[in-house]
Amino acid sequence: MSDTQNNGVAREVLSEVTIMFSGDSGDGIQVVGNQFASASSALGNDTSSFPDFPAEIRAPAGTLAGVSGFQLRFSSKLVQTEGDSVDVLVVMNPAALKQNIAELKQNGILIVNIDGFKDSDLKKAGYTANPLETEALKPYRVFKVALTSLTLESVAELGLNRKKALLCKNMFALGIACWLFDRPLEHVELWLKEKFGSREELLTANKLALNSGYNFADTMEMFGTGYTVPAAQLPKGQYRHITGNEALALGAVATSMRSDKSLFFASYPITPSSDVLHYLAKYKNFGVKTFQSEDEIAAISAAIGAAFAGDLALTSTSGPGLDLKQEAIGLAVMTELPVVIMDIQRGGPSTGLPTKTEQSDLLSALFGRHGECVLPVLAAASPGDCFYMIIEAFRLAIRYMTPVVLLSDGYIANSAEPWQIPDVDSLPEVLPNQPLSDRAEDIFTRDPKTLARSWIVPGMPGFEHRVGGIEKDYVTGNVSYDPDNHQKMTDTRLQKVQGIRDDIPALDPEELGSGDLLVLSWGSTFGAVSSAVEQLKREGLAVQMLHLRYLYPFQNGLKEVLSQYKKVLIPELNLGQLNALIRAEFLLDTEKLSKVQGRPFKISEIYQKCKQILAELPA
Amino acid sequence: MAAFEGIPATADLTKADFVSDQTVRWCPGCGDYAILSGVQKLMPQLGIEKEKMVFVSGIGCSSRFPYYMNTYGFHTLHGRAPALATGIKLANPDLSVWIVTGDGDALSIGGNHLLHILRRNLDVNILLVNNQIYGLTKGQYSPTSLPGKVTKSSPAGSIEEAVNPIAFAAAAGATFIARCLDTDVKELQRCLHAAASHKGTSFVEIYQNCNIFNDGAFSKISDRKESAETTVRLEEGKPLVFGKERNKALVFDNMSPKIVELENELEAKKLPVHDSTAGSAYTYLLSQLTYPDFPVPMGIFRQESKPTYEDQSEQQIADYTKKHGTGDIKQLLEGNDTWQV
Repeated sequence: MSDTQNNGVAREVLSEVTIMFSGDSGDGIQVVGNQFASASSALGNDTSSFPDFPAEIRAPAGTLAGVSGFQLRFSSKLVQTEGDSVDVLVVMNPAALKQNIAELKQNGILIVNIDGFKDSDLKKAGYTANPLETEALKPYRVFKVALTSLTLESVAELGLNRKKALLCKNMFALGIACWLFDRPLEHVELWLKEKFGSREELLTANKLALNSGYNFADTMEMFGTGYTVPAAQLPKGQYRHITGNEALALGAVATSMRSDKSLFFASYPITPSSDVLHYLAKYKNFGVKTFQSEDEIAAISAAIGAAFAGDLALTSTSGPGLDLKQEAIGLAVMTELPVVIMDIQRGGPSTGLPTKTEQSDLLSALFGRHGECVLPVLAAASPGDCFYMIIEAFRLAIRYMTPVVLLSDGYIANSAEPWQIPDVDSLPEVLPNQPLSDRAEDIFTRDPKTLARSWIVPGMPGFEHRVGGIEKDYVTGNVSYDPDNHQKMTDTRLQKVQGIRDDIPALDPEELGSGDLLVLSWGSTFGAVSSAVEQLKREGLAVQMLHLRYLYPFQNGLKEVLSQYKKVLIPELNLGQLNALIRAEFLLDTEKLSKVQGRPFKISEIYQKCKQILAELPA
Repeated sequence: MAAFEGIPATADLTKADFVSDQTVRWCPGCGDYAILSGVQKLMPQLGIEKEKMVFVSGIGCSSRFPYYMNTYGFHTLHGRAPALATGIKLANPDLSVWIVTGDGDALSIGGNHLLHILRRNLDVNILLVNNQIYGLTKGQYSPTSLPGKVTKSSPAGSIEEAVNPIAFAAAAGATFIARCLDTDVKELQRCLHAAASHKGTSFVEIYQNCNIFNDGAFSKISDRKESAETTVRLEEGKPLVFGKERNKALVFDNMSPKIVELENELEAKKLPVHDSTAGSAYTYLLSQLTYPDFPVPMGIFRQESKPTYEDQSEQQIADYTKKHGTGDIKQLLEGNDTWQV
């Protein structure tokens, strides 16, 4: 920490801060969070953010069920997660306080909208006494602001009705936060201008509230000192913020551009995957066809139909939707058609925790269908990684004529991170398999290397053929109940998918070294695991991390790498699914770390577990 | 496309061109044979290249249909043919897409998909082969089995009301609705030809005799001696006259069907005529007529001209592109809030 002078204000320099905005779901919390993140990135900080909102669109105002939160870590170093605990907590009402106070560090800054703490508000949150008047908040630095009345005063001159005026209170809060961390307001003002455009009155009101909040913090000298978080050393280039769902949509469009095929996307709205549909529906001028189907089954079925007819076929789902799609995924396996299924995992089983995150669909993706029904399963590691993994999913689907499941989850889907914008021309081309010959007898002939059949689509004269769910003859593709043929076809479908091993990056045991403990992760635990392992390494401990993006088949060299470590720990937001796969495949005595609370791992949870394992290792 | 580009479409296809090399495996005497033959006979008359035809089916006896057609074909999942077909048609609107389905496939497990494809008005043709029984699973009652029907799974008689396929289609907003009989070759040809020519979803219910599990379900209608009395042919612009002597007519009196006796031919000329564009209330009234109270209407119930789903979908893409310009992927990836490091 050091001090700096800026605009006559003494500012303490911090390398990293975690802030959480929290309030009622109607308080505009997500807007504040996103704008604060955007302003921080524009200043050069690395960021990681995580919105946390209720399943109900508008739960009764002021209740615990209606609390909406946005957590952001901004840093002058590289960040992988939105932070374990928060340095600054901004709460708009007692429910938000109750829900989140445990996350605030000792001596952390708590900014409270005291106008939201009337008796009725306290009662709704289940407080019998006002926590602002008890000892409960003693461990924190509490700043009481009459946010509602100050906002109303700040826009009074415009003569807005009360309802409209109240909507500006999130901007007042944002103004305070911007002063506290030295974020210039211009960035937010530009955004306001874009959002409200010609709606002059609302634009002015929001700007006024924003500036009033900033000036209030400044002139009242409410915090004593302000803070600043200098820019991080990020690789040079052009950046933007991206969420996992947006990256999936962009990656799908990019694949279409790099394959000369139209993208066909069929989906049935389900949380947390619906945003992919919202994005793609807007990209019609990229030739994207979106189809909001009548149900989950129709979505995957339409995608299979589109693949049969030659489009780049994609569907997305979450939770229960994956169950419903499984029968049709089996049909895609049987008919060997390229379809990508994105599963944005959420808490389960059944309806489970629709808006919360979990990694519990892995085994379902691999084994959730009847019969011997293998397909490649991939998983994205972070929001930005979704962009590259959807391209990879399409590459494998088309090259191997197979459905591919790409796993994301609620955490990746909704969190945002700075993303270096790639050069489109540098992205891999995704090329369809042409017929192996112009002879109709070769319609079902397989590529000797990949074992894939060709992608022959209706409209190609001379190649008329039938596909279906019934077992087919290896040579002619006609219906066959022959026992030996079924064995051969079942074996071939397995070999084909396993052959993908040789087409994906192998793991180099030498490069990955050896040591006491390897932490093996997949999916969204990437951030927490890498942060924890970095910390352990800094302490000089022999810990390494390996992150898997290919869950089926595994990459070559995985067993060798795992065998080089005395202990392997597999942290997952499930009860040990990858752990079960690794044990079954390699007969290794790995250890699991499970969490199913609808929330991501904290860095400290991984860190502590590693420390414990290391302490128990025989000297 | 690619491999054979430049080869002109075959101008003079015959029925034989549409017969695949697969042995047909329906039970001897099955009504499906007549339907298959009728469809194969119709195809060359449509002037569509064989490679542009796709037959899509679900699961059930009639759903084996695509294997016997020498066109592109997809034998899909139970009930899901309309959903698969939607993807096929949207991916390539140039294709002539035919869905062959049964009463269980379309109205039980696939009822939802049928509802939605009909209301969307995708330009495909649906042949609903209705034998009022589950055949492939060996004889249980189906959603179109009549109340009281004794089957393996309803030894004391079915206690369910039957789904009325024509009423279902009318309620879903189908733009072409017809009903035919498997063995009435001429009428089947006429209806299928009209269905193929209709732009929008064509729904054709075909009464089909399952001679193994539900033999004679439609015998009153198919019996050549009786059919003049048991059915009324829906002929465009003509009154609904029926009877061996052509001396009876069906009329609607204040939304109630009534049979009137005709003294002479001149009287028939004064009667209201069948108008397949009259609206869904009329379709619904017709759909409710059952023997023995009334003759069963056969033929084209309804035709309506409406924009198709795929045309509107393509139009939106065109309009969007016109308004926003052809998509620039670089711009898309950049979004509207970037910064330089």
